[in-house]
Amino acid sequence: MTIIKRGFAALAAGVLSTALAVPASAEPVKFDFWFGLSGDLARVVDTLCKNFNDSQNDYQVVCTSQGNYDATLQNTIAAFRAGKQPTVVQVYDVGTATMMLSGAYKPADKLMEENGYKIDYSDYFPGIARYYATSKGEMLSFPFNSSTALMYWNKDAFAKIGKTEAPKTWEDVGADLKALKDAGYDCPMAINISANESWQLMEQFSALHNQPIATKNNGYDGLDARLEVNKTKFVQYVTDLKKWYDAGLIKIKSKDLGQDMVQAFATGTCQLILTSVGDHGTVGRTQKEGMKWDVAELPVYAGTERKNSLVGGASLWVLSGKSDAEYKGAAAFLNFIHDPKTALFWSTNTGYIPVTKSGFDFMKSNGFYDKAPYKGREVAIESLTASEPTEITRGIRLGNFTQIRAEFGTQMQAIFANKVSVQQGLDTLVKNGDAILERFQQTYPGKTLP
Amino acid sequence: MEKRVTFGRWTIGILFAVPQLLLIFTFFYWPAGQAIYWSLTLQQPWGGGNIWVGLDNFRSILANADYWNSITASMVFAGISTGLAMVIALVLAALTDRQLAGSWLYRVVLIWPYGIAAPALALAFRFILAPEAGFMAVVNQVWPGFWDPGLDGADAMASIIIAFSWKYVGYNFIFFLAAFQAIPRSLIEAAAMDGSGVIRRFWDIQFPLITPTIFFLLVINITESFQDSFGIVDIMTAGGPANATNLMVYKIYSDGFKGLDYSGAAAQSIILMLLIVALTIVQFRFIERRVHYR
Repeated sequence: MTIIKRGFAALAAGVLSTALAVPASAEPVKFDFWFGLSGDLARVVDTLCKNFNDSQNDYQVVCTSQGNYDATLQNTIAAFRAGKQPTVVQVYDVGTATMMLSGAYKPADKLMEENGYKIDYSDYFPGIARYYATSKGEMLSFPFNSSTALMYWNKDAFAKIGKTEAPKTWEDVGADLKALKDAGYDCPMAINISANESWQLMEQFSALHNQPIATKNNGYDGLDARLEVNKTKFVQYVTDLKKWYDAGLIKIKSKDLGQDMVQAFATGTCQLILTSVGDHGTVGRTQKEGMKWDVAELPVYAGTERKNSLVGGASLWVLSGKSDAEYKGAAAFLNFIHDPKTALFWSTNTGYIPVTKSGFDFMKSNGFYDKAPYKGREVAIESLTASEPTEITRGIRLGNFTQIRAEFGTQMQAIFANKVSVQQGLDTLVKNGDAILERFQQTYPGKTLP
Repeated sequence: MEKRVTFGRWTIGILFAVPQLLLIFTFFYWPAGQAIYWSLTLQQPWGGGNIWVGLDNFRSILANADYWNSITASMVFAGISTGLAMVIALVLAALTDRQLAGSWLYRVVLIWPYGIAAPALALAFRFILAPEAGFMAVVNQVWPGFWDPGLDGADAMASIIIAFSWKYVGYNFIFFLAAFQAIPRSLIEAAAMDGSGVIRRFWDIQFPLITPTIFFLLVINITESFQDSFGIVDIMTAGGPANATNLMVYKIYSDGFKGLDYSGAAAQSIILMLLIVALTIVQFRFIERRVHYR
């Protein structure tokens, strides 16, 4: 029906244009791209879209920010149910399992093949590609904005306790925090314990130590995966964090309390934080005059064989139910984003890292990582490529993981407020998380992850 | 012959009611019916299909300790914030009604808070009550660790109660003031001439005469504290710490929209609806008896 309608419209437009004897320049095909970034980052995306539109005359991408990742997914679902979905949508890392079972997408690799683009998928950093690929390695979506967690440390403060290097093990961190406290620093380290910090505290930690978050290889091998963070090294980690918090070595910093941890670090209030490489630019722009700081890979416990850290961020999904012309446009757009030159533009203007080896090499050869504001960001690539991804460190593929993260925040708050012991809190996290996973499995009876 | 102004056919009456009925159907019965249907099924978020599960959604919710915690939190919130908002508004309105100096000013100023959108006022209160940066930072400096809504559930609950009450004081004030001004002056003056003081006049004359307004506001405040609290919770605490402020309406939002569990959220909203209906019936049944309509 719509095809017939569109056909009529095209015919009418054609007749009209010949009637008016307009020069034969076809209108560009328009398609929608919804994304979840806001503020500065949204402006960079808008520029990216403009660059794409200026680079050719056949397609025009209309880019719309939906405010944040959650809203983007919610609005896309609502639009999809009403048949008004965008052609391309940005979905955050933990929405991957939900997308894979939705049946609402067109596989990215197939789309590119159909439209004659040759993408070398082995060019993607394996740590990034595996997170978004199926268990068989097919790319259903395109990695877009990617980051990983790093440790930010204040060089001036560490110099006071006679250190010129960032601590590499959690044992060293414990000793250094104590020394910083003794040297008169009121807040040696800042953390926050909401749903958002599940990423650096639980997910990255587990990957680096090759510890599972859930059975079935973190969910890659089936919807019947269940959490098991209450019996891995993570228990030890939370116990240590709590111990340091009780000793006044760690302070909780969040926006609700007045200052988030990135601000606390940039102003020199706190000396150590764990956060995304995406904050590298923010710290640089907002730091206290003359403060010396650097980034390092997240520490591991002594005697651990370090594995790759996990990618964070989002990927681009192409949704089903669109016209061939729109798919052609979407393919051209994805190809444009895949280009190393776009990677340089994207990483320069945001804190995100390049997702392909060729993009990284192109940026290195341009001297991107030698200069002051961007120096240090290569540590993120080192962390992501520290090892070949194992069955466990390739990612997390759990349904409704947003709710599990919320549960993480809830239980961490209960632990830090002394309402429950560390083990009790993590047991509850597993119990409630499993209920969420079970519900997800029941919602998709008989379906399996691709 | 008796003359009556009636319509010959009942269909005409229906016809007049149709626009209103259509509105109610479209915006109330249809969504509510949809919610009931969803609550009895397991909905795939992307609309790929659903499975009939009967009352399973309700069973799993009611077996969940977190949900009961959420109901308790909502009750505490509703009770305290309604009490605060009504008592403060009543006192302010009584004072304004006495024509104290500058009462015209209070009359205008006290109405403003109700005009502020919940998220905006929540942002303001988040700053005022921030333990490290705002007004409470001063208090914390005198008594370190006194105020910590980031980890202490009671403090967080107090924050959202303060913000909500502050908004509804303005709303209640308008109604109370109107009620006070509707009381004939002669009654008050007569009592004054008989020698009764301000407090006595309030309890014996004004208070009994405004009970219909008090009852009306009680019903509205309790209902709104279950529903209108969403924006405040979302901005100020996001349900934390450790679910201490995870009110029912916020849990519906986070389970449904963040967690994409549409069926569970639908079942929760049915329960919330039944709870509000039950509370309202209780109020009409037991409290309205004490109300004197003129």
